[in-house]
Amino acid sequence: MTAETLIASLQLSLPELVLAVGALILLMIGVFSGDKSVGTVTGLSVLLLIAVGALVVFKGVDGTAYAGAYRSDAFVRFMKLLALAGSIVALVLAIGHRRSEPDMRFEYPVLMVLATLGMMLMISANDIISLYLSLELQSLALYVVAAINRDSVKSTEAGLKYFVLGALSSGMLLYGMSLVYGFTGQTGFSEIAAALTAEHRSLGLVFGLVFVLAGIAFKISAVPFHMWTPDVYEGAPTPVTAFFSAAPKVAAMAILIHLVAVAFKPIVHDWQQILVFISIASMALGAFAAIGQTNIKRLMAYSSIGHMGYALVGIAAGNQEGISGVLLYLAIYSVMSLGAFACILAMRLKDGRAVEGTDDLAGLSKTNPVMALVLTLLMFSLAGIPPLAGFFAKYFVFMAAIKANLLTLAILGVLSSVVGCYYYLRIVKVMWFDDAKQEFSRPAGELKLIYGLSGLFVIGYLLIGGPLGAAAEAAARSFY
Amino acid sequence: MDMLYKAIVFLPLIGFLIAGLGGSTIGAKASEFVTTSLMVVVAVLSWVVFFNVALGHHEEVIKVQVLHWIQSGGLDVSWAFRIDTLTSVMFVVVNTVSCLVHLYSIGYMHHDPHRPRFFAYLSLFTFAMLMLITSDNLLQMFFGWEGVGLASYLLIGFWFKKPSASAAAMKAFIVNRVGDFGFVLGIFSVFVLFGSINFDTIFAAAPTYIPAEGQGKVVINLFGMQLDQAHAITATCLLLFLGAMGKSAQFLLHTWLPDAMEGPTPVSALIHAATMVTAGVFLVARMSPLFELSPDALTVVTIIGAITAFFAATVGLVQNDIKRVIAYSTCSQLGYMFAALGVGAYGAAVFHLFTHAFFKALLFLGAGSVIHAVDGEQDMRYMGGLRKHIKMTYWAMMIGTLALTGVGVPFTVIGTAGFFSKDAIIEATYAAHSASGHFAFWLLVIAAFFTSFYSWRLVHMTFHGKPRASQEVMHHVHESPMVMLLPLLILSVGALLAGVLFHERFFGEEYAEFWKGALFTLPTNEILHHVHEVPALVKLSPFIAMVLGFVLSWWMYIVSPNVPKVLAQQHRVLYQFLLNKWYFDELYDFLFVRSAKWLGNFLWKEGDGRVIDGFGPNGVAARVMDVTGRVVRLQSGYLYHYAFAMLIGIAALVTWMMFGSAL
Repeated sequence: MTAETLIASLQLSLPELVLAVGALILLMIGVFSGDKSVGTVTGLSVLLLIAVGALVVFKGVDGTAYAGAYRSDAFVRFMKLLALAGSIVALVLAIGHRRSEPDMRFEYPVLMVLATLGMMLMISANDIISLYLSLELQSLALYVVAAINRDSVKSTEAGLKYFVLGALSSGMLLYGMSLVYGFTGQTGFSEIAAALTAEHRSLGLVFGLVFVLAGIAFKISAVPFHMWTPDVYEGAPTPVTAFFSAAPKVAAMAILIHLVAVAFKPIVHDWQQILVFISIASMALGAFAAIGQTNIKRLMAYSSIGHMGYALVGIAAGNQEGISGVLLYLAIYSVMSLGAFACILAMRLKDGRAVEGTDDLAGLSKTNPVMALVLTLLMFSLAGIPPLAGFFAKYFVFMAAIKANLLTLAILGVLSSVVGCYYYLRIVKVMWFDDAKQEFSRPAGELKLIYGLSGLFVIGYLLIGGPLGAAAEAAARSFY
Repeated sequence: MDMLYKAIVFLPLIGFLIAGLGGSTIGAKASEFVTTSLMVVVAVLSWVVFFNVALGHHEEVIKVQVLHWIQSGGLDVSWAFRIDTLTSVMFVVVNTVSCLVHLYSIGYMHHDPHRPRFFAYLSLFTFAMLMLITSDNLLQMFFGWEGVGLASYLLIGFWFKKPSASAAAMKAFIVNRVGDFGFVLGIFSVFVLFGSINFDTIFAAAPTYIPAEGQGKVVINLFGMQLDQAHAITATCLLLFLGAMGKSAQFLLHTWLPDAMEGPTPVSALIHAATMVTAGVFLVARMSPLFELSPDALTVVTIIGAITAFFAATVGLVQNDIKRVIAYSTCSQLGYMFAALGVGAYGAAVFHLFTHAFFKALLFLGAGSVIHAVDGEQDMRYMGGLRKHIKMTYWAMMIGTLALTGVGVPFTVIGTAGFFSKDAIIEATYAAHSASGHFAFWLLVIAAFFTSFYSWRLVHMTFHGKPRASQEVMHHVHESPMVMLLPLLILSVGALLAGVLFHERFFGEEYAEFWKGALFTLPTNEILHHVHEVPALVKLSPFIAMVLGFVLSWWMYIVSPNVPKVLAQQHRVLYQFLLNKWYFDELYDFLFVRSAKWLGNFLWKEGDGRVIDGFGPNGVAARVMDVTGRVVRLQSGYLYHYAFAMLIGIAALVTWMMFGSAL
């Protein structure tokens, strides 16, 4: 590697470099000033992430770096911004939480920044080696974050479960990658694709494909690799759950899209079958299992499983509409999910105790009508009821599936979204028609801001959806 | 003159609207006053019309166009009045009785808190009845027909808090549906045959409709039967007659009428004695140009009428409820009218309708006065000896009974209303000289004997003998107020004189001048002529039957009051058979009500509940819950289960990729 290419590579990966250096500085600040610096570190983390976001927007150029291991294009930038936004909001959501639960230490924001760094690299990965390394960077940070509440048995259990199962999935991923390398002799995505075109698909390669997809399906919590999700969502501190529900999914979806749309593009029929299967299974399980939940965090876990199923519909379609539909879906889903978690974080009784039961929302329309209205909008949107944002998200991926002739998939998707309506609407019913037993304390300002914004987003999507759709389309064009 | 007819028809509607919509604002007294005074005006105007049209020398039918109603394809229906002698007779009957019933109700319903509603319904009924009798086409008639059905339903169920009243109202409505179904089909088939439902068109086309010779062409295909013109007319007439049977409570469709007595007594007098139940008779009389063409249909009418007259009279023999006795009497008398229609003696039928309205309304209102006097008691076994206490009512009831039983001096013109009209019918059936006519003659004579018996039984049990009511009730017995007695007085005059004054016109020497073609008879129909030539014994037969009935009831209820009990015990089966109205209610309950309920229950529980709900909403929901339960149980919380699920998943995917994709 010459000095010129190295400098070009460093320039291209400037956001990641800034983020890495920033994370180390934040860690230093935290270590040297102890737990009292947690507020400062959080604030600086948010600023750092915003700065990195600005770099991505204003300094972003297309190209590859580090001998093809790193890549940047419109798609990558779109996903990076989405992941950054998810991280920023998750950090903001944690501010109020820290005030009432003092065990959130300064490591939390630093770990979040590191996880975000992992995600950025995942999104940029253009090689199975860099993919794996970045994935592990993200995952290791997440395992710790899940167990950050060391005094809570549930949080520790969640972290441990996540870690063990994550290790298993990493093993699968690695095994799959080694098979792919063994049968193609390549590690770069484009080179793998080229090799696949040259020689026809072999069974060993298909094994590799299955294992790789299984490893990534674990990260996006798609059925049958979803089992960790409800336990971790319930056990982890709520801001962590909120974080899990958005940014990591975006990053994992990004590598999935990269893999299938670039590396495995020639064997589209093979991966399409796998994705159709896990998509249907996720949609169905997400819809059915959520009905039985009384804990709203568990409910959101199944909801996210279902929504990943819908997003996979777009990928399975394997066309440009599908990819842009998925991007749009991820953006809209992130907003809805973070808004819903803002509401869940606001479920705090007058004595400071946080509650998580769906029944605890009873009579919210009387005690806090604004929050009830926003949560109602979010639930309607999650259920996919027009003219809210969630409807358009589903609409685009289903239209893409229909265009790709995957009628069964589209029909099953619509049917399971009908089943899914039940539990979203039940929350609405509990809020508006049941009698209040208790009253929540006034929500913190940042929570109000976030759920207010997400409420405005889902109801105003018809007005602001145009530019977002155009951006998603531009991003999807990177592959075609 | 047009305004006069419009006033007659629409003033009751105005009364209904005022009392119905503004009743709670203007109060009960004002509602009574408005509706009643409007009816007085209408009644007076009706008599004016009667004198002008029926007794005057208007040769042509008066037509009053109100508005053009429907035009659709070949169907062209106007809202118009057809005023001829038949209409004017009905005007007098309906409006006189309605007016008197309004007046009477002021006293009778004095204690009821919902009087505005009651008077509104009465006026609504009157309007609908006038719509029916003035109709110029079958559709307008059907409108009135359903309107009176509605008003009847509302008034029978006036005390809707009483379950038996609500049930009776429903029964009346539902049984009438059966008849109405026939009527509607009849209207359709008239339209098919004549291309119009306007009376003018039908009546003009009818006499030449059936070709004089040959088979005629096929015009209706009914269940594969090819009906030529003659048979089509018969079918049409039978369908129309089915409607008449329902409304006029003829045999097989009669079960609603006795139950309708659950309504307030003035309602029974107005609707279920004098006017609405005679709508069937009016319909057949109005459609006489059609019925005349079908001897078969007329035979059916005769037989059904005669059976009704006989059947209802037998049941009336043993009833103990004062109103039910009169109700069965009404049913029986309607049978007389249909028997007359069946033998082509339309004039006699309408004549009996006319006189019957007076004396039956009188009997009902008198019965109401009795019930009023004894604190709402209706069972005659707890009456008796009331003669001295309520003299005016007693005499009114006596006059009514005399008129109903047809007391008069044979071979003279001295007699009560029933003496002329009922005897005319019996003579006409004999004069028909047909098998069905003879059948009817014998049944009607026997029925006349029964009529006399149960009528006098009613008088004896109610007014004569020893009081059987409690001391307390006897102590309170009081004569009704003047507002109730005045209608009785007026109706008594009618019951005494209606026969002698009008018999020559309705069914006698002045038949043609009076009807002026309103009742159509074929040239071959010479019943009017034949009636005068019946043997003296036939003329005497109703008189003999009447006297026998009176004597028998005198002996059984005054001379030796133990005889009825002994007879009832000796002939227990027969007694129960009659007391239970030939078990018609039980039979219908078994055949229709229970099977309909069973079917409804089946479709509800099995069809809707099990199949539609079971496989539809509830079933799907339950399956969803099942699936949910199972899926939730998968989430055991054990790490090794989770890892196992992942491995199974990957194994399944690998297997599928190895074998499945090769398929």
